[in-house]
Parts: sequence; structure tokens; C-alpha cells
Amino acid sequence: MNAARATFFHGATRVAGRNLSVWRRYAAASAIGNFGEPLLYLVALGYGLGRVVPPIDGQSYAEFIAPGLVVSTVMYTATFEGTFGAYTRLATQGTFDAILATPITVPEIVAGEVLWGGLKSMFGASVVLGVITAFGLVHSWLALGVIPLGFVAGLMFYAMALCTTGLSKSYEFFNYYFTLIVAPMFLFSGVFFPLEQAPRWALAFSRVLPLTHVVQLSRGFVRGALASNLLVHAAVMLGYALAAYALAAHLLSRRLKI
Amino acid sequence: MVLPGQALDVDATAAVEPTQQLCSHEVAQLLACYTTPAMAGAERRVVVEARKLEKRYRDFVAVAGIDFEIERGECFGFLGPNGAGKTSTMRMLQATSLPSGGELRVLGLDPRTQGKELRARIGVCPQSDNLDPDLPVYENLLVYGSYFPEQREITARRADELLEFVALSDKRSHAIPELSGGMKRRLVIARALINEPELLLLDEPSTGLDPQARHLIWGKLRELRARGVSMVLTTHYMDEAERLCDRLVIMDGGKILDHGTPRELVERHVGAEVFELDLGSEAASTVLDAVNLAAARTERSSDALAVFLEKRSELGEALVDHARRAGARYLLRNASLEDVFLHLTGRELDE
Repeated sequence: MNAARATFFHGATRVAGRNLSVWRRYAAASAIGNFGEPLLYLVALGYGLGRVVPPIDGQSYAEFIAPGLVVSTVMYTATFEGTFGAYTRLATQGTFDAILATPITVPEIVAGEVLWGGLKSMFGASVVLGVITAFGLVHSWLALGVIPLGFVAGLMFYAMALCTTGLSKSYEFFNYYFTLIVAPMFLFSGVFFPLEQAPRWALAFSRVLPLTHVVQLSRGFVRGALASNLLVHAAVMLGYALAAYALAAHLLSRRLKI
Repeated sequence: MVLPGQALDVDATAAVEPTQQLCSHEVAQLLACYTTPAMAGAERRVVVEARKLEKRYRDFVAVAGIDFEIERGECFGFLGPNGAGKTSTMRMLQATSLPSGGELRVLGLDPRTQGKELRARIGVCPQSDNLDPDLPVYENLLVYGSYFPEQREITARRADELLEFVALSDKRSHAIPELSGGMKRRLVIARALINEPELLLLDEPSTGLDPQARHLIWGKLRELRARGVSMVLTTHYMDEAERLCDRLVIMDGGKILDHGTPRELVERHVGAEVFELDLGSEAASTVLDAVNLAAARTERSSDALAVFLEKRSELGEALVDHARRAGARYLLRNASLEDVFLHLTGRELDE
């Protein structure tokens, strides 16, 4: 059993390692992507819109949205890589087919891909943490917690994206996922406004969204005051991650084995 | 085909006899210690064994209960038209697709339960070039090698050797899209060898390549065979099968139609020579009469007639004579595997 676990781990890390060696070749471009978009939101909303928004919980509007921008970057990084990136490896380049001619199995590919999603997201979270720190929006060492948080959230969002990839027949299909799931999550998970003031039904809805829980944890870390219900948020994330991993493994097994 | 045991017999005797005087029982003893490992069980000589092997996809039967055995060190071919079941069979051999019925053993392993161990010991050269376009040439080998349990340094050393072997050393940092079709295929072969496989599976290794590139690939594959690598290849090129395969089976519709060495198959089904008559012209009809009169073995397609002949037969000469006088278009040539193939699978396209 231990030997089986060791080979599974070996397989998963080699798949993640393959993506890492590709990524190393364009890491600079990747960092610009991670860095550019949240910076624009921060300037336009935090400092533009923020001038007319009253302080929230004693925080400026830029301070309020900064932790959410870190983790929404995580969501977008993992989701893009888990949809467009993984679909290219699955359907366009035949990367997974090539790997399956070696001792590596489908569940190991899925685990390796998800692990890679976590690493890439963690890198994205670190870059954005650097940006908001440079803007003077971070006041506690606890903010470093968003790096491991980015890793775990990256695993979760990547596994979710991989489920979509397992169902997809073309790149166009991802429009559904981005429009119906990712964009609403970006807007209604408490990144831009406090959920406490939302109507009861909207609050209930937002609690279903995994990003909501990640935002709460991130905000706690960046403020230097750990989120209440820390364990609940963490449990929701792990639940989503495990369910999505199982579903993605099932869908990709069906897709890759005839 | 030469089996490892036999090859050693010859080598051992040749090396020993000229220099030393050994009495016969000593020679026998010496031979025994060379040959015993290879003889330890007949199954060690057999790298693949299939009994009533079947593959069904819902209500479609891709492989309909075939039997074959592949011996160590030989190059074994699956010849057949598209849709014959060749690729399905290959996928079962590499345990990426599980048999729906029958028995299959590859290197003594059961693909149903030991797929991982099995794939660690074989090399796969797929039909489509699925090289990693995100990585340059050398990294393609390194990363692919990392999927196997070997140490990284061993993989790196082998990657250098293999680039040398397929004559791509000067392309090591090139991007994959910069390579020609032939270079890509050579790199795929190098990649398939990164784990020093005991058995190499090649799915249509030279499809889509120009003649120079094909000959280069064939040269490399013959070199591998000479080194004792067991090979299985599928092809629908007769010349490829004739050049490379020690033994082959001809498949169609998921079944094996016949098996043997290329020469056996040609002799059994066709004979030595083929007289081909173009039926497009008026002049052909008088030659046709002569053929009918001779009650020769023939096969007809829509616009040509093939007459199967013995080596330098009188009938052949007579037909050439007839055709020349009538002014008909004809060709007298040696029989090939292609004739066997068309004979067994039909001269017309049925798609």
C-alpha cells in the first residue's frame, strides 16, 4: 500500500514537474499577467471609486478590496490554466496521451495537474501580495498566510476547472464556465462589497460560492486578525477540492481510456 | 529469425574452438551455462502471447478473437487496411486499452492488472507525433524519461546517446515545430527508447514521410533489431513490412487472415511472378482470351487483371508475347506482399 502511494506521488510530481519546466520558460510573461490585472483593479476601483466610498470597518476601500484581489487572481490563474491550458494538453497537443504510454496513470495525471494548479496559483498570490504590500495596504506578517492559502485555493479552483475541461469538446465551451460560474463568483463573493449588508438570500447564495470562503480567510490574514469560522471556511474549501478532484479524475478517465 | 539462445550457441562455439582444444562434454558444459538462462522456460522466448484476444466498443467489434505469439528479438508486423484492428491491438499490448475478452500476456505480465509495470518495460512510438511542443528537443527526452522510475542522471545520459543514435544531436535545443516530419518521427523513436525497453511498439512508423526519411527510419529500426530489441509494428505499407518484419500477420475486419514470413505468404498466396494487364484498351481483349484459355489463376479489379505465375513460366512468356503483338499495356514483375494483401483483403476499396 505504501509502495502504491509512493508511485502515485512519484507520478503526480512528474506531471506537475513537466508543467513547471514548461512554465519556467515563460515565467516572466506569466508574472506580468498575475501582476497587471489586479493592479488595474486596485488603481481604478481602490483609488478611483474608493475616493467616493466611505471607509468599511475602519478600512479604506483599497484596503478592503486588496485581500480579495489576491485570491481572485488565484481563482483566475487556476481557472485559465485548468481550462485552456489543460484542454490544450488533453485535446490539442496529445500531451496526456503521450504520458499514458508511460507508467503514469490517469489519476496521477489529474493529481499532478491539480498540484501544478496549486503551485502556479501560489506564485500568483505571492506576486499580488507583493503589489498590495508595495501600495502600503498590508499591516501584518500574518499576510504571508495568503501564500499557502493561494496554494490550497489553487488546488480547488484548478480541480473545478479540470471538471469543465473533462466535459469540453472545444475551447468555446469554456465561455459557459467563465460567464456562468467564474464571473459571478468574482463579483458576488465579497471581494468588492461587504456581504454582511446584502439581503439574506444573497448572503445564502454567496456562501455556496467557494471564493467567498477564500476571500474571508484572505481578509483575515491581510488584516492580521484571523477570520472567525476559520475551520468552517477551510472545511468548505477542502470539500470542494476533494469533490472536484474525484469528479475530474472520473471525467478524464472516461475521456482518455477507450 | 535468430533467438538469443541460438545466437549464443554459435558465438560460444566460434570463440572457443579455434584457440583451445576442448573435449565435447566440456563444450557442452560451456554451452549449457550460456544457454540455460535463455532456456529457462519457453515463456522467456515469447514476449507476447495472445489467445482469442478481443476488443469491443459497445456494439462494434474492433478485434474479433485473434491468436498470435511474438518471440524475443524478432520484428513482428500487423499488416492491414485502415480499420483492420491494428491500432486497437497495439493499444491492448501497451495496456492503455484493456481486452474485452481472451488472454493476453506481454513480457509475462497481465495488462489487465499489471499495466504500470508493463509500460515501464516497453517503448511506444505512436501513430501521431505527440511530442511535447512546449519543450525543446532535448527536454522532450528528459521530461518523458522523468515519467519512468529511472534516476535523472541515467535518463540524461541516455538522452544524449539517443540523440546521437537518431542523428539529432545538433538539434538538441531546437523547438519541436522547427523539425521536419522525419526528424520528429526519429525523435519519437528516441523517446520510445528512453527507458531501454525490452519491447518496442511502433504504430505506422513511416506513414506520411518522404522516401529519404522513410529509409532513414528503416535503417534505424534495423539497427535496433540487430541489437536484439523485440519490435512490433503496424503498417499498411507492404514495402515496410517486407523490409522490416521477420514474421507478420495480415488483418482485416478484426481478424487475422494469415500469418508467416513475408516470403512464405507471397509463395503461398501468389506465386513468384505477376503479369498485370491494363484492361483499359481494346487490345487487351485478345490477351484476355489467352489467359482464359490457359485457365491461369487471376484476380480482377475494375481496370486491371493480375495473373499469378510460377517463376519464369512459359505462360508468362506467352502472355508477354501476346500482349506485345496486340499492343496492349502490361507489366511482368515479381510477386510482392502487396499482391498477398490485395488477394486476402480484396482489390476494391470497400468504404
